[in-house]
Amino acid sequence: MSNQIIQGILLGGYYALIACGLSFMFSVMRIINLAHGSLAVFAAYALWLLASRFHVSPFVGLLIVLPLMAVIGWTLQRFLLERSARGGALLPILTTFGLAIVIDNLLFEQFGADTRSLAPYIGSLSYDSWEWPGSIYVGKLAVIMFATAVVLLGGLQLFLTHTRLGRSIRATSEDPDTAGLVGVDARCANAIAAAIAMVTVGLAGAFLGMRATFDPYAGAPQLLFAFEAAVIGGAGSLWGTLIGGIVLALAQTLGAQVHPQGFLIGGHAVFLVVLFVRLSTSGLGLRGLLRLPSRSAS
Amino acid sequence: MSLLSVENLVVRHGLLQAVRGVSFTIERGETLALVGANGAGKTTLLRAIAGAHQPAAGRVLMDGADLTGVPSHKRVGMGIALVPEGRKLFVQMTVEENLLLGKTAGRPGDWSVDKVLEMFPNLKPRRHARTGHLSGGEQQATAIGRALMSNPDVLLLDEVSLGLSPLIVDRVYAALQGLISSGTTIILVEQDLNRALAVSDRVICMLEGRVALEGSSKTVSRDEVTKAYFGLHRKSSGSVPA
Repeated sequence: MSNQIIQGILLGGYYALIACGLSFMFSVMRIINLAHGSLAVFAAYALWLLASRFHVSPFVGLLIVLPLMAVIGWTLQRFLLERSARGGALLPILTTFGLAIVIDNLLFEQFGADTRSLAPYIGSLSYDSWEWPGSIYVGKLAVIMFATAVVLLGGLQLFLTHTRLGRSIRATSEDPDTAGLVGVDARCANAIAAAIAMVTVGLAGAFLGMRATFDPYAGAPQLLFAFEAAVIGGAGSLWGTLIGGIVLALAQTLGAQVHPQGFLIGGHAVFLVVLFVRLSTSGLGLRGLLRLPSRSAS
Repeated sequence: MSLLSVENLVVRHGLLQAVRGVSFTIERGETLALVGANGAGKTTLLRAIAGAHQPAAGRVLMDGADLTGVPSHKRVGMGIALVPEGRKLFVQMTVEENLLLGKTAGRPGDWSVDKVLEMFPNLKPRRHARTGHLSGGEQQATAIGRALMSNPDVLLLDEVSLGLSPLIVDRVYAALQGLISSGTTIILVEQDLNRALAVSDRVICMLEGRVALEGSSKTVSRDEVTKAYFGLHRKSSGSVPA
């Protein structure tokens, strides 16, 4: 049992990693980025291309792919998300949904339907493990992922609270109009936040490729896991995202323990329970939720 | 040359014309009071000067430079700081963080967190408290301090006494008096006419988006301002629809 719990917690590190960018973009720019998973898969393909064609180790490849993702984040915010956000809260959701379809199909056209993985390019790391007391074996990669998630989330937290740029980003997320009046360039702060979010997406994509396989349409499940972890942890809270990732992974691991098919169901069940508890404690309530659509329809 | 001049400024909120052709200038070191009823266009005028609203016509000049099209964050860098109506603090952040945000534009000057805390001693014990948990007076002090942190040439104060008890208002104005005597250029919107006339060199009374009266605070009579405030100075006041 303790083995399952430890493996679940370590898997939670991966979910926190992939949820981090989604949660960050939502808390700063109030944008739910539905292209999140597809962008992570894009990063994984970029690393795969570097590794298979130019023999660049995925870890070295990150030095090229992460800056590229930052540029993509900046460009997306400046030329696509900022414009669509002016059209209301719904438009960015539609825009990023469309973007996800475009990315998925471009990847399909370019790389075909074959399933790929970065595991062959990282040597023995993909299957090596350490033995912990109690003859529990933990994968080295899983531990590295978990440590990366903790460092990344902690680093972001420090960055947001202790640097001038971090304060500007927080001020912009709270009130962009007033941020401008105290001298913060709100557009610039948002674009930098988007760039940071995409760097975390790039990291998540790298680990997706190393720990498992991916294909051009692998983005949607990743988006779902990220979304569930972010919602369980409370969207917008960085440490909450880590907790959310761990809870999701534990639920999946325990679900798989109950029944071989229970892995995904366990995760979805916890997600729904947390969602409904949130809604009922926020005063809206399950009843209110069910009544609202009928009232607006009448 | 005047430090700040406003020329025939027209600002619209959609179909509503809030400011209708306002012109005035302010010299360095001067304190100008803007008075007028609710909806007279005072707040919109200040926000247009600060760059939060783009005017439909007319222009704002700072040291002779045209500010049309200059976004608000750049105007802070040029020396215009607004203390917005309702304070508009970043409530999730601490007093110190709010004050440090005021430094973002990076204008050189001698304002620092410690100097602001010296000016408003009531903030000292709240330095690391979130501004959402502060009293109204503490919040107003933080908002003024945040604007001062940008070392402005012109400080725009929008209803700094709004929602504060008379005692706290006295305290805020005592602090402002220090700023005024140190030669800071100030435009302030104030509902309390006596206070507005007492602290300012010049007063402008606005009515329905226009300047109804402009004069020296020392020579203008309360009666004249009251008439301008309610629009009674107009000859055919009987024909004005109520």
